[in-house]
Amino acid sequence: MDRAEPVIALQGVAKTFGELVALEGFDLAVQPGQFVTLLGPSGCGKSTALRIVAGLSEPSRGRVVRPQPQSGVPDVGFVFQEPTLMPWATVAANVALPLTLRRLPAAEIASRVEAMLARVGLSDFARAYPRQLSGGMQMRVSIARALVTAPALLLMDEPFAALDEITRFRLNDDLLALWQALGQTVVFVTHSVFESVYLSQRVLVMRARPGRIVAEIAIDAPLPRGELFRTSADYAALCRRVSQALHAASDAGAPA
Amino acid sequence: MIAGTLRERVLRLMLPGAALALGLLLWDLAVRLLALPPYVLPSPGLVAATLVADAPLLGGALLATLVTTAEGFALAAVGGIALAVLLNQSRALEYALYPYAVILQVTPIIAIAPLLLIYLPQQAAVLACAWLVAFFPVLANTTLGLNSVDRNLAALFQLYRASRLQVLLRLKLPAALPHILAGLRIAGGLSLIGAVVAEIAAGSAGAGSGLAYRIVEAGYRLNIPRMFAALLLLSLAGIAIFFVLSWLSHVVLRHWHESAAPDGQ
Repeated sequence: MDRAEPVIALQGVAKTFGELVALEGFDLAVQPGQFVTLLGPSGCGKSTALRIVAGLSEPSRGRVVRPQPQSGVPDVGFVFQEPTLMPWATVAANVALPLTLRRLPAAEIASRVEAMLARVGLSDFARAYPRQLSGGMQMRVSIARALVTAPALLLMDEPFAALDEITRFRLNDDLLALWQALGQTVVFVTHSVFESVYLSQRVLVMRARPGRIVAEIAIDAPLPRGELFRTSADYAALCRRVSQALHAASDAGAPA
Repeated sequence: MIAGTLRERVLRLMLPGAALALGLLLWDLAVRLLALPPYVLPSPGLVAATLVADAPLLGGALLATLVTTAEGFALAAVGGIALAVLLNQSRALEYALYPYAVILQVTPIIAIAPLLLIYLPQQAAVLACAWLVAFFPVLANTTLGLNSVDRNLAALFQLYRASRLQVLLRLKLPAALPHILAGLRIAGGLSLIGAVVAEIAAGSAGAGSGLAYRIVEAGYRLNIPRMFAALLLLSLAGIAIFFVLSWLSHVVLRHWHESAAPDGQ
């Protein structure tokens, strides 16, 4: 897995906002098809790193390798902390947005949107408006929109942080199923130890001020993961390790 | 807003009706008991009778005022939205022009009307007044709306390399729609006020045919019942404009905006 060319590579990346050093000496390499989690305390710069990976923001220093753009558009899907849907548009129109902006033929858009809505289990809600949906369903729409272009890379910025635990568990399982089926590379930002261990193959632990990766824990539990994994001793042990790494990182980042 | 129970809804219709009936009754009683002559205060019945008797005259005047109002409103809507979009495309342009739009707004229109009447043909001057008063709320609200786009949605459009036109048509204008409609609701009432002010200014210059002009004219003739009748028509016109625009706003936004939601969902 480590032999392939990385989809994303950040080398010695720094990002400063005026006086504030958000990232410093940030290195990250993600292989094709990997599910990687960036885990860290709030304000550690993990969202900043994700925006740089997406190309929404450029680093102050350092080198960035991103997936080759497809006809000028970055080959990336992005899911924000909020569903970030257009309230004036139907579910289908929201999912169609990336394709509409590329001016694809209407028939192609319709069929791809239909297939994507079926994948996230929202076929019956194509004509509904976002405000008619629950928070979890809105997040599914947001994920469908990010994946409708079949991007090489899916970036997720704490997408499930605002959801209740039951909804979050279901969406975690559904996300893993989608990832297994579609095989894109995923970079997932979270501050939840449990979520990072459950979802990913690699947990990258960040410290703050300046933000950088200080530990990496490999999660090699087989897929699909389910309730059995969530309640296993292995899972608990991995969570403990990740949690200890996170605490060590937080102590390192705390003001003296 | 949570819709009330049936009982509450009935009360909300009944109570204003009852208050109106009581007011009219007191008005009528006062006129009768104090034996007030019609040139001091006409009874409600006389106002109603005048409304019927003068219907051809007042109807034509109402139509003239409504046409001016509608034209002023349409120009304000188109001009306000177009200028807001233009200013939104360029910070420099916004900084250069916006202060003057504000100055135009805070200058009392009644003081500008005589000047407009000197420089413009009378009908054009009346229209210009209606436009001037109604234009600013549309501009201000549209500007606010265009600037209140969700930051993450804007980032998403940036990520997908949307063109400026796509951002405007698919993101900024739809996001601004609730604000634009609020601006139009204010502009509707204001363009009626603008038309009335201009008619009054023009009327004193010796010309005009709208309702406000009829009020001034009837005043000179001490035809107080006709003044009341014309005033009543103006009020009704204002109410009608408000309800039409509120209805329009509701229809456009009912699917997605909180302000038009059927319940507190």
